[in-house]
Amino acid sequence: MSERLIGILADSFFKILIPGLTVTIPLTVLSFSIAMVLAVILALVQFANVRGLRELARFYIWVIRGTPLLVQLFVIFYGMPSLGIVLPAFPAAVIVFSINEAAYCAEVLRAALEAVPKGQMEAGSCVGMSYLQIMRRIVLPQAFRIAFPSLFNCLISMVKDTSLAANITVTEMFMATQRIVARTYEPLALYLEVGFIYLMFSTILTWVQRAGEKRLATYGGKRR
Amino acid sequence: MLTVKNLRKEFHGTQILKGISLEVEKGDVVAILGPSGAGKTTLLRCLNFLERADGGEMDFDGQHFQLDRISRKEIAGIRKKTAFVFQDFNLFSNKTALENVTEGLIIARKMPKAQAMEIGTRALAKVGLSDRLDYYPDQLSGGQQQRVAIARAVATDPEIIYFDEPTSALDPELTGEVLEAIRELAAEGRTMLVVTHEVGFARNVSTRTILMEQGQIVEEGSTKQLFENPREERTREFLNHFNKE
Repeated sequence: MSERLIGILADSFFKILIPGLTVTIPLTVLSFSIAMVLAVILALVQFANVRGLRELARFYIWVIRGTPLLVQLFVIFYGMPSLGIVLPAFPAAVIVFSINEAAYCAEVLRAALEAVPKGQMEAGSCVGMSYLQIMRRIVLPQAFRIAFPSLFNCLISMVKDTSLAANITVTEMFMATQRIVARTYEPLALYLEVGFIYLMFSTILTWVQRAGEKRLATYGGKRR
Repeated sequence: MLTVKNLRKEFHGTQILKGISLEVEKGDVVAILGPSGAGKTTLLRCLNFLERADGGEMDFDGQHFQLDRISRKEIAGIRKKTAFVFQDFNLFSNKTALENVTEGLIIARKMPKAQAMEIGTRALAKVGLSDRLDYYPDQLSGGQQQRVAIARAVATDPEIIYFDEPTSALDPELTGEVLEAIRELAAEGRTMLVVTHEVGFARNVSTRTILMEQGQIVEEGSTKQLFENPREERTREFLNHFNKE
């Protein structure tokens, strides 16, 4: 490896990492948080069989899961201005990532809710608990534990998907890398470098997931 | 204390319960026997509104109810005075043995935590699980889980406890401990309605026995009379079948 290349890589590392910390991570955290709130609502109205809302949730999930994320980004950022709705790039990205991720997480949560044995709900009602009490104290904690690994999967996936926001002018890590490539013309080294930084982020999340699973396993899972 | 008249239930056009009437007095231990598919479990589930009956009346604790028109509030009121022990235990997996017992007291009945813990600890001691208070259901054997479920049922001091085949999901060597726990409740004078396949248990513990078949009551009477001197030929057949085993 030439000294010039090493210099470029060392020099660009922080130039890529900083937008990672200031844009990629906030974009992910913000979008995922909103997505979780939406997902819980979407999953619960289906689980509780709320007429009307259940169909609406199914429709939402059908449309969002059935269309590419990139297309959704373009519709919101480049398409909406035709209707007079002009959004800055970052908020547009947050909106799209939130509604997109919510559809996937809702399915994970719905499956988890359904995996909690129905008999426990019956037992809850037999000891006099209301539907809401049963959901809050018995079903949701167990569903969350079942859903946890899959939800983390979604989160890790999302960290990487935020690179698509470069297409709507959000200067996150990938866009920062592209700019350096344009200047230095070292695509292979620089794209590998940004890939490595994404891998670092994902690795940290994997550790967090493992620690979280260990914590959650203190109930339910057989202790040895 | 509990009177049921003409309880009817159908699933998808098939009549499962064809007009069941029964009466339970305070302190009775009523065993419900019968072949599989007789509707025993459905009857019990209708009595505690886990299934909604299509018709019939109920008198419980001095109040009268139309079973097909009963309100949610009325159901909630009745459930506060009854308890249900399931075939497959249905303990809350995310709660310890003690929490399983106290949950209904603290959350549904708003009892102070300390008092609930005391009642729960006592209830678990009575079923021989004092050393398992902090165990999760996964860490307990089937027999222990069912005993926790029994403690959970007793803790609310219900007027009547329904048992739905409480030993059917257990290995044979574990049924004894559960039957023993039920036997002790009977000795205390608890009112219980027990759907069971354990004919010997019905004979030894229950005060009254009901034999059901095809959604109807074939015969009912005092356990002694029904076992020693059955009126119906069908009862005789059913009991003989078990005596041969």
